[in-house]
Amino acid sequence: MNYINLIKIAKNALMRNKFRAFLTMLGIIIGVASVIAMLAIGQGSKKSIQDQMSSMGSNLIFIMPGSQQRGGVMMGNSGSQTLKMADVEAIRQQCSDIIAVSPEVRSSGQAVFGNLNWPTSLYGGNTLYLGIKKFEVESGRLFTDREIASLAKVCLIGKTVVENIFPKGADPIGQTIRFKEIPMKIIGVLSEKGQNSFGQDQDDILIAPYTTVQRRFLAIDFITGIYTSAISEDKTEEAITQLTNVMRKQHKISKPTDDDFRVMSQSELVKTFTSISDILTTLLGAIAGIALLVGGIGIMNIMYVSVTERTREIGLRMSIGGKGRDILMQFLIESTMLSVSGGVIGILLGYLVSAIIGSLMGWPVVIMTQSVVLSFLVCSAIGIFFGWYPAKKAASLNPIDALRYE
Amino acid sequence: MNHLIIEVDNLKKDFYVGDVTVRALKGVNIQIRKGEFVAIMGASGSGKSTMLNILGCLDKPTSGSYKLDGISISELNKNELAELRNHKLGFVFQSYNLLSRTSALENVELPLFYNSSVNSRERKERAIAALEAVGLADRMHHMPNQLSGGQQQRVAIARSLVNDPVVILADEATGNLDTRTSFEILELFQRLNTDEGKTIVFVTHEPDIARLTSRNIIFRDGLVIKELLVNEKVLASDLLKSLPIGDHEN
Ligand SMILES: Nc1ncnc2c1ncn2[C@@H]1O[C@H](COP(=O)(O)OP(=O)(O)OP(=O)(O)O)[C@@H](O)[C@H]1O
Ligand SMILES: [Mg+2]
Repeated sequence: MNYINLIKIAKNALMRNKFRAFLTMLGIIIGVASVIAMLAIGQGSKKSIQDQMSSMGSNLIFIMPGSQQRGGVMMGNSGSQTLKMADVEAIRQQCSDIIAVSPEVRSSGQAVFGNLNWPTSLYGGNTLYLGIKKFEVESGRLFTDREIASLAKVCLIGKTVVENIFPKGADPIGQTIRFKEIPMKIIGVLSEKGQNSFGQDQDDILIAPYTTVQRRFLAIDFITGIYTSAISEDKTEEAITQLTNVMRKQHKISKPTDDDFRVMSQSELVKTFTSISDILTTLLGAIAGIALLVGGIGIMNIMYVSVTERTREIGLRMSIGGKGRDILMQFLIESTMLSVSGGVIGILLGYLVSAIIGSLMGWPVVIMTQSVVLSFLVCSAIGIFFGWYPAKKAASLNPIDALRYE
Repeated sequence: MNHLIIEVDNLKKDFYVGDVTVRALKGVNIQIRKGEFVAIMGASGSGKSTMLNILGCLDKPTSGSYKLDGISISELNKNELAELRNHKLGFVFQSYNLLSRTSALENVELPLFYNSSVNSRERKERAIAALEAVGLADRMHHMPNQLSGGQQQRVAIARSLVNDPVVILADEATGNLDTRTSFEILELFQRLNTDEGKTIVFVTHEPDIARLTSRNIIFRDGLVIKELLVNEKVLASDLLKSLPIGDHEN
């Protein structure tokens, strides 16, 4: 039997039932596209979390006031006042794996310039604060130790705040804005950082000496957080141990359960979020797997039903001289054509959907070669197998039994 | 021309349905010579279709011998049987068995697709010639659902002719057609038989149709009980002329 004839026969048979061919292909298209897109979404979100986390400084370690359990009573951690400047000082002197440490105090309020105002946050730190949190001064200058000592009313301003309270093109440096009614002179503008992984705008910020924020704005003597940089990323483990020990000594804590602070590192957060997005990827993968299964069952059904329907056709073909292997070959070619073209369309659609979702979510599109190969192979295998298997059964019948099939 | 096309000797066919054995053919002897037009007659269930299916190599006998054009089919495997059907047999079914959504031309071409010694040009030429022989050359691009029952059966006959078989086997080929159309089909068969010397075996219930052939073989209960030579051969075209004119509209 020559193959050109068989291919013609198969092509004609497909053309004879375009709708059935389309339905079969649809199962494959959806199966392949959903696997590719789902896994691309999972991977994309993971990659975007990793990228953004490391843009925040991968050797960053910070201390937050933690829940206190005194006498079995949970005090909660809001309004905890456990962190003091003395802790910052102790860390600076005693932790060898820490190269920089800064207090953080934070206040929220309206920034006003002329007749424009904008709700934002004012962060207070020391001269190392910007370096630790990976902020950069684009123009102007950083505040000095003398300004910290004198509670100077100076601040650095983020791009978002500039855009919202200054007219276009105006230079904010040297201007005086009001924050919570207190006038502050702008000495520098921060370079743009964009959003962090929680969708927070990191340019919606004012930064001032911590003393200014502590005394002039909040009238408190504690600090709301301590930010530090480990010597290097792989020293974070040791640095965390050092920090914890120093803090326990400072706070005279003997049992870890009594800790009134929490030490967290950026790399730990990255790990946490990466594992969350791994779970997400697994979940999406499972959903995609189900889509693949459903698509596969769809393909099976249509293939099976159509071959059963076509048993009479098979009988006729045999009665006019088609051999069993010709019939089988015809169905194999048909189902291969469907599976392969459906698979290719599915891959293209998967790419398209991933790209659209990626651009909507602002994620990088990470298409995994494995997902493309796997889904294509699974769908094609199902399509080809279920095209072949019932055809094999039908082709092994006596021509008369196939012809009389009901 | 005494050449034997079909030689059946003590042929038996049993069907097994659960525990029951149906003895459809109980030892049939038939000989058909080249150029004969034979009608197989008999009551319903007497084994006519079973016989014809075996003659057409669509089914295998339980025992006995069958020689087609000198070839003993019991020695052939499935693929060789398929080749035999492709080269030597033409089958016409009661229910036409055309591929739907497939043009008349392509339906007629179909057997030649399975013959690798025929190229695509020759395939098309032969299919057109076969459609011309059945008077449907102008309908070759019509789909089966655009043709009347009689026309569909003509397409099926063209398909059975296209491979130039040694024998055409027709099982109640006019069973679904009205009297006039049946006679038209028979006119075609008579022409193929007399003008082109085709050997034809035609299963029918209708004595009127059996009269149009050259010999009748009568089955009862899985056996041949009688063979009749038709002495005064009737022409289907004469019968057509005698039909009332209004009948044509059916
Ligand atoms: N596939 C089968 N399985 C079981 N029994 C069968 C099968 N085919 C035919 N038979 C039986 O064999 C006998 C002969 O059937 P066959 O179809 O040859 O009759 P027939 O002469 O063609 O009848 P009709 O004129 O009604 O078409 C019947 O009793 C029938 O029930
Ligand atoms: Mg019958």
